[in-house]
Amino acid sequence: MIHWIIAPVVIPALMAPFIVLAARYHLGIQRVFSVAGVLALIAVAAGLMWQASDGTVTLYQLGDWAAPFGIVLVGDKLSTMMVLLTSVLALFVLLYAIGSGWDDRGRHFHALYQFQLMGIMGAFLTGDLFNLFVFFEVLLIASYGLMIHSGGNARLRAGVQYVLFNLLGSTLFLFALGSIYAETGTLNMADLAQRVALIDPAETVGIRVAAVLLLLVFAIKAALVPLHFWLPSSYAEAPAPVAALFAIMTKVGAYAIIRVYTIVFHPDLEITAGLHETWLMPAALVSLAIGMVGVLAAKELNRLVAYSVIGSMGMVMISISLLTPVSIAAALYYIVHSTLAAGALFLISDLVRTGRRDLMLTPQPPVAGGTVTAMMFFAAAIAMAGLPPLSGFLGKLLVMNAAFDAQGVAWIWAVILISSLISVVGFARAGSVVFWKCRSIEPDPEAPEPTTPTVLSYAAVGGLLALLVAHTVFAGPVHRYTSGIAAELFAPDTYISTVLETPGKLSKPKEGH
Amino acid sequence: MELLVASAIGVLTAGGIYLMLRLRTFPVILGISLLTYAVNVFLFASGRLTVGAPPILQKGVETYTDPLPQALVLTAIVISFGMTAVVVMIALGAYLGSDDDHVDDPADPTSEGGRDAT
Repeated sequence: MIHWIIAPVVIPALMAPFIVLAARYHLGIQRVFSVAGVLALIAVAAGLMWQASDGTVTLYQLGDWAAPFGIVLVGDKLSTMMVLLTSVLALFVLLYAIGSGWDDRGRHFHALYQFQLMGIMGAFLTGDLFNLFVFFEVLLIASYGLMIHSGGNARLRAGVQYVLFNLLGSTLFLFALGSIYAETGTLNMADLAQRVALIDPAETVGIRVAAVLLLLVFAIKAALVPLHFWLPSSYAEAPAPVAALFAIMTKVGAYAIIRVYTIVFHPDLEITAGLHETWLMPAALVSLAIGMVGVLAAKELNRLVAYSVIGSMGMVMISISLLTPVSIAAALYYIVHSTLAAGALFLISDLVRTGRRDLMLTPQPPVAGGTVTAMMFFAAAIAMAGLPPLSGFLGKLLVMNAAFDAQGVAWIWAVILISSLISVVGFARAGSVVFWKCRSIEPDPEAPEPTTPTVLSYAAVGGLLALLVAHTVFAGPVHRYTSGIAAELFAPDTYISTVLETPGKLSKPKEGH
Repeated sequence: MELLVASAIGVLTAGGIYLMLRLRTFPVILGISLLTYAVNVFLFASGRLTVGAPPILQKGVETYTDPLPQALVLTAIVISFGMTAVVVMIALGAYLGSDDDHVDDPADPTSEGGRDAT
């Protein structure tokens, strides 16, 4: 058994207590170890992705107990890609936090950051639904700490809302897991896939309720309208690097939906047929529309970015709810794009804030280093709004192409195109107010000299933007890879047989007895 | 037995949801706690209700109770306990900071005195 697959969980799990216990009062050492940990994560994640790229499904049985009795970690193409995406985003966000001094404005930033990564990695790698719940809680409790990092009343109030909403989501998750266990007697995803298919068609009430409950839970994580109310305040009030890292958290919800609704409640399953097109699709369309209208209506730059996250999740969910191999490939391409773009936009809004009183979209004196910041905002806004030439445009084309044969294609195309227009207007208005109208304002002579963001901050944002450009330039290979992932998801036999047929220590013949 | 457990879950959930819809943090936290109690009992019941049976393999025993829900409940209790403690601390911080414990956003966020630029 190869142990590398548990490394993305173990590395941050060891790094975080080390930072808290040994390097408590030494910010320099904390920074070094935190960055080293994330670099190690990237290396391991790249290795895992290379290993999974030929279709191998890597299985890790914790304690050597065979599934479904023990908990398993499974590394297939989808989970390893998400792990790599998380660790790459984490590196740039961490560099920004160091460059901008955010990690110095409160205590234990680096330790919480590592715990957060541990939870996200675990959620991507686990093959067991209850374990998914546990890793959700790990990432949530770390995110509560990060969310209120460096304090402030507005942030604490937003933190209370965020924690309460997520506690409610966790409770709902437990209700869903309880009903699934009561109906099937297992929580291992591969085992569930087999047992759900065996349920008597006359007695499917319980499992259908469970499937909808589970969808609700993941929709809360993915901030799908009408379950999105926790997102705008908490993402806008969270420290910028934390909000940028949270860009991956909504994708955890999207990932969980893709995983569970292709393996367990797969599209051919009669008992949950129609769930995605009847319920998920309209909610996704409304999400996209509301998110982009929110972009236009936002009064503050960070709220604008938060609403654009909701809109881009709507786009992802439209693609997921079509639930065909083509649409899942498009959704995965768009997930990578929107994670990078949202992360970059949150960091840019913090660059803007360093030179301004606040982030209200009102004309204020020019921000320090405004030219570079403005160019970065321009690039990131183009990507997020989905204009050519950046990857948002390609992602949108892929989603629209996937929707071409679907029912209600007119609705889908209309919502996507009109909401794109709205978001372009919203971003253009915000950019021109923040970066252009400032020229007409006389700077206040008594105002303190604005501080210019450090080179490292710019480098971190530039890195994310460079990744977006690379995501556009190498769109062909990336899309081929996501198509491969989708093909693997829609033929889950390898996954199921690897998980269920690998013997553990209980099934080995006893030697020497 | 079934009636007792089912109605207990129902009453706890109903009370929890009612309290959760209140405007101030203290009743909302109580409501969340009631909901977690309800879900703990619910998880217990998900392994079928068996009275007086051992959960571990023993010689000469025919009937067992399902041990897995007990492990799940234990995990859920620990997690919900920790989470409740966290939310109490954050809510207390928010209350002491802004002298107001409403859960919703203030009507005009920009006019709030305690808002800082960091």
